[in-house]
Amino acid sequence: MERPLTQHIHPDGTTRTLREYVKDGGYRSLQRIAAGLAPKDVQRLVTEAGLRGRGGGGFLTGTKWSFVPMGPDAPKPKYIVANADEMEPGTFKDRVLMEGDPHGLVEGMILAGYAIDAEIGYIFLRGEYHLSAQRLRQAIAEAYEAGYLGQPPGTGFRFDLHLHASAGRYICGEETALINALEGKRAVPRAKPPFPQTVGLWGQPTIVQNVETLYNLPHIINHGSDWYHRLSRSQDGGTKIYGVSGRVTNPGWWELPLGTTARELLERYAGGMAEGVRFRGLLPGGISTEFMTEEHLDLPMDFSSIPPEVGRLGTATMIVLDDHTCPVGFVLNLEKFFARESCGWCTPCREGLPWVARILSSFEEGRATSDDLSLLKMHTKWLAPGHTFCGLAPGAMAPLQSALKYFHDDFERHISSGGCPWSRKSAQHRILV
Amino acid sequence: MLSDTERRELEDAVKHYPDKRGAAIDALLIVQRRRGWISDDTLLEIAQFLEITAEDLDSIATFYNLVFRKPVGRHVAFMCDSISCWIKGCEQVQERIKTLYDVDLGQTTSDGRLTVLPIACLGQCERAPALMIDQDVYGDVTPEKIEEIVEKYK
Repeated sequence: MERPLTQHIHPDGTTRTLREYVKDGGYRSLQRIAAGLAPKDVQRLVTEAGLRGRGGGGFLTGTKWSFVPMGPDAPKPKYIVANADEMEPGTFKDRVLMEGDPHGLVEGMILAGYAIDAEIGYIFLRGEYHLSAQRLRQAIAEAYEAGYLGQPPGTGFRFDLHLHASAGRYICGEETALINALEGKRAVPRAKPPFPQTVGLWGQPTIVQNVETLYNLPHIINHGSDWYHRLSRSQDGGTKIYGVSGRVTNPGWWELPLGTTARELLERYAGGMAEGVRFRGLLPGGISTEFMTEEHLDLPMDFSSIPPEVGRLGTATMIVLDDHTCPVGFVLNLEKFFARESCGWCTPCREGLPWVARILSSFEEGRATSDDLSLLKMHTKWLAPGHTFCGLAPGAMAPLQSALKYFHDDFERHISSGGCPWSRKSAQHRILV
Repeated sequence: MLSDTERRELEDAVKHYPDKRGAAIDALLIVQRRRGWISDDTLLEIAQFLEITAEDLDSIATFYNLVFRKPVGRHVAFMCDSISCWIKGCEQVQERIKTLYDVDLGQTTSDGRLTVLPIACLGQCERAPALMIDQDVYGDVTPEKIEEIVEKYK
């Protein structure tokens, strides 16, 4: 089984040096550019490979690039931005890549920049990732010194790369909010259209892409789209970095063929549930995804196989709910997170999410009635897509509405028994939103 | 007054952007690194450097979690309270800190040594619960281990 993204990452947590990276074929894709591979050829290869965005959206990279104006009349400059604002709870895959193999991101950025004819790139890194920042800074300096950045020899292409360390807000993961943050403003989302591909950073054409997506590019250029499709067990190309956290025997991450099932991840890789606890459900990729339960465990975990009425893959780093953890308390934790991280720009999100958190607290504290259950259900409609400015609040409703479906009896038990049957410590119940 | 070193670092940061305000967040973090927090006077100095109003800069300073508009202790403990850490008992760790150092979330110890703040998922979910003190990350933390960790920060 091939693991192009992570096979060379040191198991001891140290970073790969430039020398190691080059020895194993790193920056070789730039030779292909020097040998005459045009931007449109890079776009074609990536489109044929069927690369889909690894940040959670699963949008086809080739399609995203195709909206960028090209040719001599296209606006200048254009920008390529790596979305390294990995703040999705339960998600830690981009950190693994950036800490272990920072030059892979630099090379991916050069290729993406070349594909859309962008001369400037930014890595938008969350401020808490200090080790990633340190290693990326060093990698960028080394890449300049070795001539890969700046003006790569023989390519006739100029590309500068900057690292922007952010100051911590979940909403920066939303691409238009990220663009505002990069411009030195509050990270409030922008109205779409216009889309960033035509009007983005400082009004110029801009592509914002997830870190893991960018790491795929050198391998697609070097080995081609047929090879890339063969890595996968599904119609989407490539491998995926999967993760498992929660009360399992062996929490961790693994690079596996796209289309690996949740059951394989849980049992074969994560070693099954920890001793003494049983499986109840999982969020497949971050907290903006719907719960999946026992009946869904054999679904291939990719962008095409999970039916929309069940949910979506998201970041593919799953969080497991066990039978010793209260599902209502679990969802309360998520909604408090969303309420705290709402940017406050639109009213339904700013007011609705703290309200949802307060209702869920009333379940945990034994004050809830059946009216509160109806009120929660109504919120999943009030904060549905189309009612808010961006996807944050609708995303927050995904785990809630699916919890109301799969764990309905547990919500009822909180009402009938006048409190939380799991009765965790009181600290969780205080509202800090 | 911005020191010469601060000014030099700010000049460097500005080079990465087509206009000065692009460096607003970098600027706040650069100055905060030495001064600990962003006072009103500091805010004004940075705003003047960036050629934007202090009110404009404050709208940014108050938005981001890692910019402090109030004094903090010599060390800051960021307690991850997101879902994977919650499942694995981050509340018990935080309770233990409260007992040991008489400090709750959002507070600073009376000797000015430690500020304790909640933080969004630190991306250490495979070794939850996790916390970060200043720039050092700790995983698989337990209430029993926490004293030994905090004692490294005087």
